[in-house]
Amino acid sequence: MDNIIEVVNLTKKFKDFLAVDRVSFEVKRGEIFAFLGPNGAGKSTTIKMLTTLLRPTAGQMKINGYNPIKQANQVRHSFGIVFQDQSLDDELTAYENMYFHAVLYNVLKTDRKKLIEKFLRFVDLWDRKDDLVKKFSGGMKRRLEIARGLLHKPDIIFLDEPTLGLDAQTRNYLWTYLKDLNKKENITIFFTTHYLQEAEDIAQRIAIMDHGQIIESGTAEELISKTNSKNLEGAFLTLVGANIRQEESGAIDKLRMRRRMFHK
Amino acid sequence: MRTIYILFIRQLKRYLRSKPRIIGSLGQPILFLVALGFGFGPVFQKAGEGSYIHFLAPGVIGMSIIFTAIFSGIEIIWDRQFGFLKETLVAPVSRFNIMLGRTMGGAVVSTIQGTIVFLISLTVGFRPYNWTLVPLAIVFMFLISLLFTAFGTAIASRLSDMQGFQLIMNFIIMPLFFLSGALFPLEGLPSAISLLTKFDPLTYGIDALRVIFLGAGHFSLLVDTLVLGSVTLGFLLLGSYLFSKIEV
Ligand SMILES: Nc1ncnc2c1ncn2[C@@H]1O[C@H](COP(=O)(O)OP(=O)(O)O)[C@@H](O)[C@H]1O
Ligand SMILES: [Mg+2]
Repeated sequence: MDNIIEVVNLTKKFKDFLAVDRVSFEVKRGEIFAFLGPNGAGKSTTIKMLTTLLRPTAGQMKINGYNPIKQANQVRHSFGIVFQDQSLDDELTAYENMYFHAVLYNVLKTDRKKLIEKFLRFVDLWDRKDDLVKKFSGGMKRRLEIARGLLHKPDIIFLDEPTLGLDAQTRNYLWTYLKDLNKKENITIFFTTHYLQEAEDIAQRIAIMDHGQIIESGTAEELISKTNSKNLEGAFLTLVGANIRQEESGAIDKLRMRRRMFHK
Repeated sequence: MRTIYILFIRQLKRYLRSKPRIIGSLGQPILFLVALGFGFGPVFQKAGEGSYIHFLAPGVIGMSIIFTAIFSGIEIIWDRQFGFLKETLVAPVSRFNIMLGRTMGGAVVSTIQGTIVFLISLTVGFRPYNWTLVPLAIVFMFLISLLFTAFGTAIASRLSDMQGFQLIMNFIIMPLFFLSGALFPLEGLPSAISLLTKFDPLTYGIDALRVIFLGAGHFSLLVDTLVLGSVTLGFLLLGSYLFSKIEV
């Protein structure tokens, strides 16, 4: 199997602050891969560099065989992305958001309607296609973002904390659906999370990230046996030297959710 | 082309959907036309300057255009705040086309707004001296709109949040409006002010509208066109450069 993502010594500095520090890893085609780490670890910054939104300070990357800096448009065609924060146009309907994406990604005119319907049905939003997105709940918006990210048939989908602030039922629903897609269409899934359980249940391989660095990577079993731990939580504790601060980040999530609601 | 087209359509849809915004943004021009038009009319006439409403209407049309256009450009800040900007920035299309589409959309919206104000001014007694020139006036409204939408885009590309917004309002839009000769004639101003008015692109926009609607202005239509054209081009280039540098 070939590598769809190859990263060597990727580094990002914001002024004097080292947000991502010489990160190296590979993701195989068709794999489900996770970045696990606390808030501020540098997960989103890494994704932004991989997806051509940020210029790295140093290091090399290859996505689907292309260089994100020199071949930005080929790379952009290769991936779909669901950002950590919402990225829909609230003043447009679900269908219009999808249509906008289809045109930007040059989805063939003859396929547009069919594909939009297929993916909206996939995430159970076809009945709501003509509603303005601002009327949607957080979970519905997430589902729409996932449908949109998949619309142009990317080889990889990046999901930055896709289940943040969603209830358990919606979470399960999303992952069942995404895993199914991974199996059927061999789409590579790259997601970030600060939930240990999610990384362990969903990802085939995990990279543990903290303070801008990848501390260790491998399958959950490998991480556990390498550190002589009982479970992934123990492995994380040994590697990072601290708990993932789930209570803390839980509180932050709630705050974020509340802020989002206020912004509406 | 498809990029320019879809961003253009988006701007238009958002505008047509926000009826409160359309109505709200007409309040100010109406107020200016009625309050100033009828308030200053007699003074203006006594001073031997002719009908104030005829003088004022092109100025108020220009005002509504500059407000709508700069706001359309500045909408990028909203898109950044609410995340939609990222969706356009990761798409496999050129940023120049994204910025061009947005700007065209904003410019058409402002032109519509200017045309509505023109129609309103007819109800308070404004009459163009030659009706066949109205389409030409609309062309110039579009040029003014394009200029200030590109200007708004350039500013917004450098701002990451709404903080700077009030600043722009007070230190850019208001001075541009007041120095443009929208409300008063450019003749006989103190030389310092007169110089400032010459650096305000809106001056030439409003002057062009006066030439077309009234048959007489301060500069010639040729000068107005050259200034508007070159400044618009400059802002489009600047705007697309700054937009291409945006990181999120
Ligand atoms: N544009 C930016 N300017 C300055 N610092 C930033 C910027 N973006 C992220 N950071 C900082 O970089 C660190 C990593 O952020 P991020 O990649 O968002 O972490 P994560 O996604 O793992 O929570 C954080 O400390 C964050 O404050
Ligand atoms: Mg993050």
